[in-house]
Amino acid sequence: MAGQILFFALAVTAIAAGVGVVWSRSPINSALWLILNLFCIAGLYLTLNAQFIAVIQILVYAGAIMVLFLFVIMLLNLSEMPSVTRFTIARLFGFFLVMGVLALLTYAVAAGLDVLPERIVPAAAAVSGSPSTLARSLFTEYALPFEIIGILLLAATVGAVIIAKRKPV
Amino acid sequence: MEMTLNWYLTLSSVLFITGTLGFLFRRNIIVMLMSIELMLNAVNLTLVALSQAAADTAGQILVFFVIAVAAAEAAVGLAIVIAVFRGRQTIDISKIKSFRY
Repeated sequence: MAGQILFFALAVTAIAAGVGVVWSRSPINSALWLILNLFCIAGLYLTLNAQFIAVIQILVYAGAIMVLFLFVIMLLNLSEMPSVTRFTIARLFGFFLVMGVLALLTYAVAAGLDVLPERIVPAAAAVSGSPSTLARSLFTEYALPFEIIGILLLAATVGAVIIAKRKPV
Repeated sequence: MEMTLNWYLTLSSVLFITGTLGFLFRRNIIVMLMSIELMLNAVNLTLVALSQAAADTAGQILVFFVIAVAAAEAAVGLAIVIAVFRGRQTIDISKIKSFRY
C-alpha cells in the first residue's frame, strides 16, 4: 500500500516535471524541472531495488550534467531570455500538494479498476542492484566495455575543450 | 509481476513522449538537449525495470554505460552550443541555417 502510493507520487511528479521541462519559457526553469525529474527517477530506481544506479543517477546526472547545463545557460547570458518565475514557498507547497492529490487520485482510480501494481520487488529480491553485485560483473564480464567507456569520456572531454575554444566560424 | 512492469513501461513511455515533443517543438538548443536527456532517462527506467523483471543485472550495467555516454554527449553538445553562440550570438535553432543544406 505504502509502496504503491510512493510509486504513484514519484511517477506523477516525474511526469509533471517532464512537462515542466518542455513547457517552461526560461531555460533555467527547464533545467530546474529536469533536476526534479531526475531525482524522482532516482527514487523509482530505489523502488526497483537498484541502489547503485540511483546513486549514480543523482551524482552524475543531477550533479555533474545539470551543473554543466546551468553553467552554460548562465555563461551565454542571453539577452532575450525571459526572467525566471518568482520562486516562493507557497508555490512549492502548492506544487507538492497538487502532486500528492494527483497521486492519490491515480491510486484510487487504479484500485477501482483493479490494476494496482503488485509488490515490485519480491521478498527474495530477484536481482540486487548493490554496488558489490554490479562491480563484480562490471570488472569481470564487462571489463572491456568499461575501459572503452573511459576512453570515450576522455575523448569527449578533449573534444569539448577543442570545440569550445575554436575561433568563431 | 506483469502488472508492475506495465506500470513502469507506461510511465517511461509518457516521459519519452514528453521528451520527443520537447525536442520537436522547442527552438532553444539547450532545451532541446535537455529533452534528449529526458528521453535517455525514460529509456534507462525501462532498462532497470526490465532487468528487475528478468532477474538479470545486465540491464543495470547497460544503464551505467548509457549514463556515461549521456555525460559525454552533454559535454560535447554544450561545447557545440557555445561555439555556435560565439559565432552567431543566438541559440535559436530556426536562425541557425548553415547546417541545413
